[in-house]
Amino acid sequence: MYNFINKEVLNWSAFLKLKAQLSKDERLKKFYDVGTYHDDTKLQDIEFVALDFETTGLDPKKNSIISIGLVPFTLKRIYCNQAKSWFINPKDKLQEDSIIIHGITHSDLKGAPDLRRILDQLLEQLAGKVVVVHYRNIERPFLDLHLRALFKEGIVFPVVDTMQIESNIQRKLAAGFLNRLRGKKPASIRLGQSRKRYNLPTYQPHDALTDAIATAELLQAQVGYHFSPDTPIKDLWL
Amino acid sequence: MDVELLEIKDFISQYAPFDELPEEALAEVVQSVEISYFRANTTIIDFKDEISELYMIRSGIVELFRRNGNLYNRLDQGQLFGQMGLLTNNKVRFPAKTTKDTLLYCIPAVIFYDLCERFESFADFVEAEDSTRLKQAVESNSDDANALTTSKVKKLITREPLIVPIDTSVQAVAQMMAEEYQSAALINDPSLDDSEGNNLVGLISEHDLCAKVIAAGLSIDSPVSEVMSTELISLDHNAYIFEAMLIMLRNNVHHLPVLKNKKPIGLIEVSDIIRYESQNSLLFVSSIFQQQSPEDLALLSKQLKDCFVRMVNEDANSHMVGRAMSEIGRSFKQRLLELAEEEFGPAPIPFCFLALGSMARDEQLMVTDQDNAIILDNSYDPAVHGEYFEKLSHFVCDGLAACGYIYCTGDIMATNPEFRKTQIEWEECFASWIDNPNPKALLNCNIFFDLTGVYGRIKWAEHLNAFILRRAKKNNRFLACLARNALNRKPPLGFFKDFVMESDGRHNNSINLKRRGTAPLADLIRVHALAIGSQSQNSFDRLEDIIEAGILPKSKGEDLQHAMELISLVRLRHQALDIESDIEPDNNIEPENMSDFERRNLKDAFLVLSNAQNFLKYRYSATL
Repeated sequence: MYNFINKEVLNWSAFLKLKAQLSKDERLKKFYDVGTYHDDTKLQDIEFVALDFETTGLDPKKNSIISIGLVPFTLKRIYCNQAKSWFINPKDKLQEDSIIIHGITHSDLKGAPDLRRILDQLLEQLAGKVVVVHYRNIERPFLDLHLRALFKEGIVFPVVDTMQIESNIQRKLAAGFLNRLRGKKPASIRLGQSRKRYNLPTYQPHDALTDAIATAELLQAQVGYHFSPDTPIKDLWL
Repeated sequence: MDVELLEIKDFISQYAPFDELPEEALAEVVQSVEISYFRANTTIIDFKDEISELYMIRSGIVELFRRNGNLYNRLDQGQLFGQMGLLTNNKVRFPAKTTKDTLLYCIPAVIFYDLCERFESFADFVEAEDSTRLKQAVESNSDDANALTTSKVKKLITREPLIVPIDTSVQAVAQMMAEEYQSAALINDPSLDDSEGNNLVGLISEHDLCAKVIAAGLSIDSPVSEVMSTELISLDHNAYIFEAMLIMLRNNVHHLPVLKNKKPIGLIEVSDIIRYESQNSLLFVSSIFQQQSPEDLALLSKQLKDCFVRMVNEDANSHMVGRAMSEIGRSFKQRLLELAEEEFGPAPIPFCFLALGSMARDEQLMVTDQDNAIILDNSYDPAVHGEYFEKLSHFVCDGLAACGYIYCTGDIMATNPEFRKTQIEWEECFASWIDNPNPKALLNCNIFFDLTGVYGRIKWAEHLNAFILRRAKKNNRFLACLARNALNRKPPLGFFKDFVMESDGRHNNSINLKRRGTAPLADLIRVHALAIGSQSQNSFDRLEDIIEAGILPKSKGEDLQHAMELISLVRLRHQALDIESDIEPDNNIEPENMSDFERRNLKDAFLVLSNAQNFLKYRYSATL
């Protein structure tokens, strides 16, 4: 039912084992060594981690990460006591318009660490868990390209994309001859709009940790509505 | 780097009991939160589950159930559940289920216990059952209230009254007064039967000694009975200081014996209360008696609104405002009757004009209709006297209507010949209501069980009350009928954003606080009061008697007092607000106009009422 072409890797568990053997960088080797879940692991048995980056722009080749928020969770609980957030000193100049969007100012970033300094902590939080993002073309590519720039080796890992899930659901709802006749279009799948459909509260956007928590809540709600705790992870991760 | 959970902190810090926590304690709570999403109609926790956290509703609606499956409470954004289980045996007491998609903040038990330990305000809040919280709300609210409007006369009593037997000489009385620095003494007659608790026959004051003895050249050996005032006006020890002032002003007396269970416990005088500045409503009562026609009275009545608003703004409690407004209402009646007798001549036979319902209970507020009746002397002959009382009734009722006391929609007024009965007829009438009760017939005569005399032979009203009490007390079928009627009007469950949530799940845009709150409460209290033979009319006084009689489970009587006070307070505050914004005041209140304080506490008050109704049902469930 989900679009296979979207999937980076067909068997994540096997793929990460391979990466562990091939990886040159100690930190990444360690990260891959932890491995990941088997394709048929049920959602209820999985430890997720919701991840959100705020960046200076949308192009991972030109722009930089300025803040990272993450929170580990399961289908039952979002663990705020294990939440983490960091400001990162950006490589490129902080653009005025991204100051407006994120509300992060130069003084916030003054003395903020370089990505290298927090990488160990970040990888430790992500290792072994299934990363959940809303719109997967930010976090994974940004991290991948940043790491390539730093030590000539990128990173891959499976992600669950709540935006893709919402998109599939909305497309299905808007599909069908009758709906096309009525001119029904798929509803907005932005984070805030998606959350509204599950009666989740409205949050102030563009704080990395708040967005990470919002994404975790959204996945709990999506699974509550459209899947079951017994659904295998292979149906969701990409 | 410290993690800042902005959204969670902003949310939690808005709501009690977290709003009073210091910053660092709040931060600990926020850091500890676990979030969980539940779809509509899913069970969150089940009865007897182990419970290890406190739940706070971030969004959505959760219902709590009793063991028997009945709905116990419905909670929305910002409210807590699970605290009772955490505080008792770590077992779920009330199973919880979502009725809408719900996002919960779960706070671990360790944090909860730690907060209870460290912060009294937190412990007070979570340990309080809804009814206790209500009590706290009512009490903290009256803390800063005006002393005059909330203090009772018993507070003024500093010593026992001087009581002398009736055969004492004037000189001996004067000596005793001088020795004890008393400006007046009470006179009793030891030969009178004391079993009713009262053999007081008179009062003598310094003024009496001056005017009636010295100035009149009377022998100082004369017995005190020759100069004492025999028109004894007394006051119950639970009366407010305010009332004492009203009575002194109205009757032009300077001393008032204060009675407890009909025995004198003190004597207060003008100087005791002179330090309280005179209040607007006192002046209002005295100006009622200066008006010379129903038209003048009608003009004066326009100022009643201002008087009411001032009282409310001066933080008078509802008991107080109710008494003052009832006193003013009675004064209008009395003055109209005086004017009627001037107009049509003195009544051909003795009679007693009655006030019924809220005026008799001293619970009148702004929006009220007139409920009244007349007791006629047994010598009444319709052919001879009928026309006089017909005219008198119309004069009074029309006059009251002009003063803003709208005609009773049920036509329970003296103008209705059915409600002008002789003493014997009234007794027969009450006897038949009580002896052959049927809920339907009783439905319309509820208010007759709150009656007081306002003019004429006021004693007759007391006799009639005593008759009713004797008759009703032992009659279980009657009480059961009355109890059943008292259950007709159920309180709502609570409020959400802008609507009233009914217990059957319906929504309403507004709620009538009289019909759904104070009236069912008064009904319920009346049943208990009749069952124990309480002579009080006021609901608060009745509750005192009921508590003393011990027929309610522990502390439930106090809960009812607080619920009554809270609902009445909200009702009169909203009436005052209406008046101030030039809107015709009514008893309806829209949830969007309620403060958070009012919402939370009204909801608790309604819960108390609902529980008390359940209790009433079981207590008086004789087969009908």
